[in-house]
Amino acid sequence: MVEFALPKNSVLKKGKVFSAPAHAKHIKQFEVYRWDPESGENPRIDTYEIDLDDCGPMVLDAIIKIKNDIDSTLTFRRSCREGICGSCAMNINGKNTLACIKAIEDYPGTIKIFPLPHLAVIKDLVGDLSHFFAQYASIKPWIETQTPPPADRERLQSKEDRKKLDGYYECILCACCSTSCPSYWWNSERFLGPAVLLQAYRWLSDSRDEYAGERLDDLEDPFKLYRCHTIMNCTDTCPKNLNPAKAIAEIKKMLLIRQQG
Amino acid sequence: MDQQKRIRPLSPHLQVYKLPLNAVASIVHRITGVVLSVGLLLFVGSLLTISAGGDAYMAMQNLMNHALGTLVLWLFIYALFFHLCHGVRHLVWDAGSGFEREHMDRNVYIELIASIILTVASFFLL
Repeated sequence: MVEFALPKNSVLKKGKVFSAPAHAKHIKQFEVYRWDPESGENPRIDTYEIDLDDCGPMVLDAIIKIKNDIDSTLTFRRSCREGICGSCAMNINGKNTLACIKAIEDYPGTIKIFPLPHLAVIKDLVGDLSHFFAQYASIKPWIETQTPPPADRERLQSKEDRKKLDGYYECILCACCSTSCPSYWWNSERFLGPAVLLQAYRWLSDSRDEYAGERLDDLEDPFKLYRCHTIMNCTDTCPKNLNPAKAIAEIKKMLLIRQQG
Repeated sequence: MDQQKRIRPLSPHLQVYKLPLNAVASIVHRITGVVLSVGLLLFVGSLLTISAGGDAYMAMQNLMNHALGTLVLWLFIYALFFHLCHGVRHLVWDAGSGFEREHMDRNVYIELIASIILTVASFFLL
């Protein structure tokens, strides 16, 4: 359903301000989305002033500093701090990205941090991704085969066939792209979204998979696939520089070619 | 759990997302589509005045010669060309090309400039 405005319980309020220590010379302001499930109140924006001389270089460093030194109630996901786990995906200054691979100095002025867009918020910067991962499971992200595997070795793949997976296997399922997509905002119940469709294409193009036909049957649906209107926010925002919009176009092309026989 | 889910807020989306140029072009494509549909009704209306006789036709002519009528006509023509240009890009996309990340903004400028050139050209040709 297209709903441009936020529901009543999601409208933002002004929050607290945490000022920097008096001796700080290089102060950076961070505005962070906060919501406490136990308070019964609406989400708010808290402002934290951080002394950059006493903080690591990345946005994630600042968030960790807030939690360690300023306000331990702040909740967020993080793990690898090098852009490979996808946990710290969030909306920074209006664009979805990974907080761990974005330098603070690349953002002029106040840095505004929100959870990934259009998700049910569990707490603060943590959105509910269960539906996203259920959709991922629905495309069967594993090799499906009919023929028995060779007796003496693994199912091998030529270098050329392996190359076809480049640009797709790197996806870490951080959900930056899916939650940047207006089509996914309005139709996430039925539209699979860019991340899951890119994954679907990754399995469609795997030379070892023998169920491409069934996979295409599953995707041939006005909502699952064709809610993509090439808005391309997905490609614009992908922190791994992948191209979900192109993957979706390739699936559409495969369906068309199949139709022609 | 279910109750807790119901009270969970929805994270901000349009309120905070900085739409890239290509997303704006996509929205404008939609809006011009609606404008063209409404404009077609007006166009059919103007055709009807022809069959309705001289007086009705004159009234339509006066309306079209009025500054406001002319403005509406040219907005319609611009909407047509923008919709056409973005439509051509959709054709290219459907063929599997034009997805390069680094050319996204450039391609929007091309369609914008093309639609303006087409509109200006038809102004001099009409």
